[in-house]
Amino acid sequence: MPDTKPSMPDTKPRTPTEPGAGRQRLRTALLKPSRAQVVVAVLLAVVGFAAVTQVRATEVDNTYAGLREQDLIDVLNGLAGTTQRAEAEIARLESTRRDLQSSTDSRQAALAQAQDRADTLAILAGLVPVTGPGIRITITEDSAPVDVDTMLDTIQELRAAGAEAMQINGKVRIVAQSSVEEAAGGIYVDGTLLSAPYVIDVIGEPHTLTGGMTFLQGPQAQFEEDGQSVQIDELQSLDIESVRDPRQPDYAQPDTSQ
Amino acid sequence: MIAALGLLVGILLGLWFRPDVPLGLEPYLPIAVVASLDAVFGGLRAYLDGIFDDKVFVVSFISNVVIAAAIVYLGDKLGVGGQLSTGVIVVLGIRIFSNVAAIRRHLFHA
Repeated sequence: MPDTKPSMPDTKPRTPTEPGAGRQRLRTALLKPSRAQVVVAVLLAVVGFAAVTQVRATEVDNTYAGLREQDLIDVLNGLAGTTQRAEAEIARLESTRRDLQSSTDSRQAALAQAQDRADTLAILAGLVPVTGPGIRITITEDSAPVDVDTMLDTIQELRAAGAEAMQINGKVRIVAQSSVEEAAGGIYVDGTLLSAPYVIDVIGEPHTLTGGMTFLQGPQAQFEEDGQSVQIDELQSLDIESVRDPRQPDYAQPDTSQ
Repeated sequence: MIAALGLLVGILLGLWFRPDVPLGLEPYLPIAVVASLDAVFGGLRAYLDGIFDDKVFVVSFISNVVIAAAIVYLGDKLGVGGQLSTGVIVVLGIRIFSNVAAIRRHLFHA
């Protein structure tokens, strides 16, 4: 600063002015133009021009033409860092996605397995209606009532022949716990009184099931010997609609230690 | 009055002509503008103090601008242009604030 003269006021000792003097001078300046004001006006015009030019240049200039070499290097470094961070973020998110996908897959596999198992068990326990190929056995009493032992034999032979689901007379589903008792006017199966003619619906491989009934000295021969007639129909599709209510076992518990 | 009109005329001229800043001057123009603003506020304060002199104003204006630009130019040659221009801006900003504070005391007594 070329300042021995007091125009740069912060280099000069502060002289207290009487209050209102500054305002008074400003008012005078606004009202009375002088030569000095013309000079100041020219310089202010230069300032305004330059300022507006710079503002416009800043607004317009989004290229890097005016930047210093160092600035360009900084910009480049910043971009490289941003790229690196973004790539790291992408890698992290991708691995998260992989983890989630694999855990979803394994969860779905476990779910499907459990569902299969539940379906199998539900069929075995007779909890759901089932459909499939099988045979229909119709036992008509011609001259004598059906013997319970023969009925039990029939059920056993059908099971041995691979029967997967059975029902009698469309009412009683035969499961592992089923019991057969003799009764007046028919037989009790699981506490339900059934009477002739007995219709046994069996789902399984039809030929094997038929073979299980008709072999020499088999159930069919037994029934006919006892005085009943047996008719066996092989069906491509058979519906078993009777179900059992699930029963919570009171005494048996799963033993996971074995 | 004329001074205020001059400022207005400068702004209007800038808006009217829409000049392009030469590439070589691009780093120095913002510094120059801030330096001249410092000179303008210093002049206004001197005027309110009653010690304004137009010759001194012109000289301080031009020297402010030239010295500021020269410092930044030197910084560019030394490879520290960015830092030096920041330093110049900071110093000029402090001076502008102190000048404006004095002006404020003059005009509002606060």
